[in-house]
Amino acid sequence: MSPSSEKAASLSDVIAAANGIILGKDTQVRLALACLLARGHLLIEDLPGVGKTTLAQTLARLLGLQFSRIQFTSDMLPADVIGLSIFDRERSEFRFLPGAIFSQVLLADEINRATPKTQSALLEAMEERQVTVEGETRPLPEPFFVIATQNPSTQIGTFPLPESQLDRFLLRLELGYPDRAAERALLEGGGRRDKLPMLAANLTPDQIAPLQQEASETHVSPALLDYVQTLVEATRASPQFIHGLSPRAALALLSVARAWAFIGGRGMVMPEDVQAVLPSVACHRLQLANSTGHARPEDIANLIRSIPVI
Amino acid sequence: MPDPFRTFLQKRRIRPRSQTAPVALEHGAIPWLLAVAVATTLPHTEHLPWWLSLFSAALLLGRGWLWKSNSRLPARWLLALLVIVGTLGIGWQYRTLFGRDAGVALLVFFMALKPMEMHARRDGLVVIMLGFFLLLTHYFHSQSIPTGLWLLAVATLLTAALIRLHGGAQPVREIVRYAALLIAQAVPFMLVFFLLFPRVQGPLWGLPQDAHAGLTGLSDRMSPGSLNSLIQSGEIAFRAQFATPLPDRSKLYWRGPVFDTYDGQTWRASPLSTARSANKPATVETSGTAFADYTITLEPHNQRWLLALELPISLPEGSALWPAFETLAREPVRYRTRYAFRSALDHVANREESPRMLQQALRLPAGLNPRTQELAGEWRNTLNDPEQISAAALRYFREEKFFYTLQPPLLGQHAVDEFLFGTRRGFCEHYSSAYVVLMRAAGIPSRVVTGYQGGETNPVDGFLTVRQSDAHAWAEIWLDGKGWVRVDPTAAVAPSRIERGIGAALPAGDPLPALVRINTDWLLQLQRLRYRWEAVNNAWNQWILGYNPQRQREVLSRLGMEDPGWRSMASAMAIFSGLCLLLVTIWTLARRTRISPEQQAWQRFCRELERFGIRRAPWEGPFDLAKRVAREHPDLAQLARDAAGHFADLRYGMGHPRQLLALKECTRQLASHRRIKV
Repeated sequence: MSPSSEKAASLSDVIAAANGIILGKDTQVRLALACLLARGHLLIEDLPGVGKTTLAQTLARLLGLQFSRIQFTSDMLPADVIGLSIFDRERSEFRFLPGAIFSQVLLADEINRATPKTQSALLEAMEERQVTVEGETRPLPEPFFVIATQNPSTQIGTFPLPESQLDRFLLRLELGYPDRAAERALLEGGGRRDKLPMLAANLTPDQIAPLQQEASETHVSPALLDYVQTLVEATRASPQFIHGLSPRAALALLSVARAWAFIGGRGMVMPEDVQAVLPSVACHRLQLANSTGHARPEDIANLIRSIPVI
Repeated sequence: MPDPFRTFLQKRRIRPRSQTAPVALEHGAIPWLLAVAVATTLPHTEHLPWWLSLFSAALLLGRGWLWKSNSRLPARWLLALLVIVGTLGIGWQYRTLFGRDAGVALLVFFMALKPMEMHARRDGLVVIMLGFFLLLTHYFHSQSIPTGLWLLAVATLLTAALIRLHGGAQPVREIVRYAALLIAQAVPFMLVFFLLFPRVQGPLWGLPQDAHAGLTGLSDRMSPGSLNSLIQSGEIAFRAQFATPLPDRSKLYWRGPVFDTYDGQTWRASPLSTARSANKPATVETSGTAFADYTITLEPHNQRWLLALELPISLPEGSALWPAFETLAREPVRYRTRYAFRSALDHVANREESPRMLQQALRLPAGLNPRTQELAGEWRNTLNDPEQISAAALRYFREEKFFYTLQPPLLGQHAVDEFLFGTRRGFCEHYSSAYVVLMRAAGIPSRVVTGYQGGETNPVDGFLTVRQSDAHAWAEIWLDGKGWVRVDPTAAVAPSRIERGIGAALPAGDPLPALVRINTDWLLQLQRLRYRWEAVNNAWNQWILGYNPQRQREVLSRLGMEDPGWRSMASAMAIFSGLCLLLVTIWTLARRTRISPEQQAWQRFCRELERFGIRRAPWEGPFDLAKRVAREHPDLAQLARDAAGHFADLRYGMGHPRQLLALKECTRQLASHRRIKV
């Protein structure tokens, strides 16, 4: 067994364990893991109660990462997220109280409830992987993985993320309702969050960085690059979308596809890998021309069907 | 004792052919096949006995209902019964099962019946092949432009049905588009084959004898009413194109059959006029400078005579001038024929005539028409000169109350007497007949000439169109020293018939030949449209249907091939087709992106896989395909996984060249797997 597949095996243990908690959502779990391995951040857009928090906590626990959560509200200030300096009387100096952002896995719940100012503070930190408070730059922990959630149905009193901010999330997922069998198992087994504390970590935080490194080195052949380019060009040429995918999106697509292939235990990226991750990478980056809204997964499926794999 | 052959097959795991189930016919393909059946049989209903049309319609409707309700098809014995009943019916109707009409009827019947036993795709193919065959039979009845367009549409439908049969369910528009594309691709080849395929005179294959039944035209006799029905027809008899200026309308006498025998009712040609040896040959002396050079496109009329302006001095090849100045072709005119004439409009015909011919031209049935005899005798006694007698007869027609009408009263035994002294209503055949009887009674040799008079110039292409409604009968008398002289008694009664055509000559209340009388504005518009349409039709006849060896030589010499033999034409055809195919191939190859050896090997594997019913979608990656194979064909799962793995390594990973051989080996194994299986 080659070293890479050994690591993939440990990753598949992680996936198997996560599937024991979040039932019937194998693809989403894999995508979330791929997102983490590709050093990106994840946006989950779905209704409350479908398991967003559980997914975040499960991933954090299984990977042995420190987890924190911010519930966003409209009166939240940037300092609440990134932290603030307060004067310590005993020592007569300013002491930095780190905010919730200083954790390895951050669940930013209902991010669209926060004001744009607070949102942008978080998003900047996500992008830079560091926080500058009062002239002092503090790096964020490694790995740093944000899972933000958005509730698409309630739009009153919310500040939906603008297009430019959406682009900062590598992937966007929808969890959706569980299927009948998974829901039955859930009902029979009781709430899954109770089992979380019993979950043992499969990996240590030190192991994550090498995994990320290795995932990013998954082999990509010229043939695959041709395929990716054809796909991206097709989004630009299609009259269905206002704009096509940006070069940054193309890079994102490639890095997620690499992580996906790596999780699958392959040393090379296949067109199938690109096809599997494309909806999650592209949907929130493409706006439909004939209606206000983002591309739906079926639009992406049609796009895939229009590009031959050779 | 076991059958040794069967044991052998079982040992080798080969199933005999009969045991392999035929490919089932898709439910969704049936409407296509029914449409084919309807489209190919429908135009034939015009020529079929009514019961057969009804029977076929009922069968097809019934099949449509069975399709809709998804019911079972009728039992075999019932179908066999239907076949026997239908075949007997056709045999009874036509008194034969062979020949053109009965054959087509049988084909139509089978076309309606076959859908009743469509179970397998093979049956669908039979329907389509039958459809293509039936399509050709439409040309027996019509070769006009609308027929051509209709057949083109049906050929597209047939192709579409074929595509549906093999290609599975797709949107109708896609199927039709594809079929139209295929037909369009055939067009250049069709044109080249049309131009270059070595022509023989007439059609390539002999048509059955009854193929020419029911062609209209002049008859070999003239009895009361025989021209009447012809005159009511608006059909085109022939078209003429003049190289010299169009002669005056009063000179447009197109000479057809000549009759010199009268039995009191019917005019016929005597054996004399057809026996060339016993007669003086027809000689035409020109007596003026008025000549006409023209080409005639004669519609088939199943008789031998060619229509020529009086009188021809230069004949087309293969025809001869007979003693009564009729131009006869060697064979009955069964196809639209083009021929060229030169006629002398001023002429003297047979200044010397054989005594037997003159005698024949004086003969009258004994004991008939006494009053006519009496009148003629009177003229003979008072007027000595034959020309004066003739003038007296014409004057009689003009001055007594004769009417020109297409609805004359019926005449009895003494037909000419009744006409001359009683009814006095009739048209050209009455006038010419009465005139000739009068002349003969007065001792002047005379005979009846039938043919066409006048014609209509189409302003669009300048062709003179002569219709059946221009059919006419006139007379000629033989004068000493002057030969045969044309006399048209109808002109004495209704000069407008000759000067302006039949529409002007008829009284207002008479039923008219179609489209003859024009008096209102919109009719004029209509006539202009008709001219245009006829010009198009004429071009079609001249260039498409009339594309004979001579035309082919003309066209090819214009293309730089002087007098080519069939060999050089065939090789030109082959060279052109080859070049076309070569160009298409080069174009396709150039458009195709160069593919690498591993792609080629993978495509070959996928093609082999298609034989197991698994077709790779264009967007499907190798691993996805392997997963699908594992689901749909578990016995091939390992093979597909291996092949996909090798291909993926070669194309997307860093595969070893040896894997290319392994991939090819997978294809080989797959092929041998198939051979063992089937």
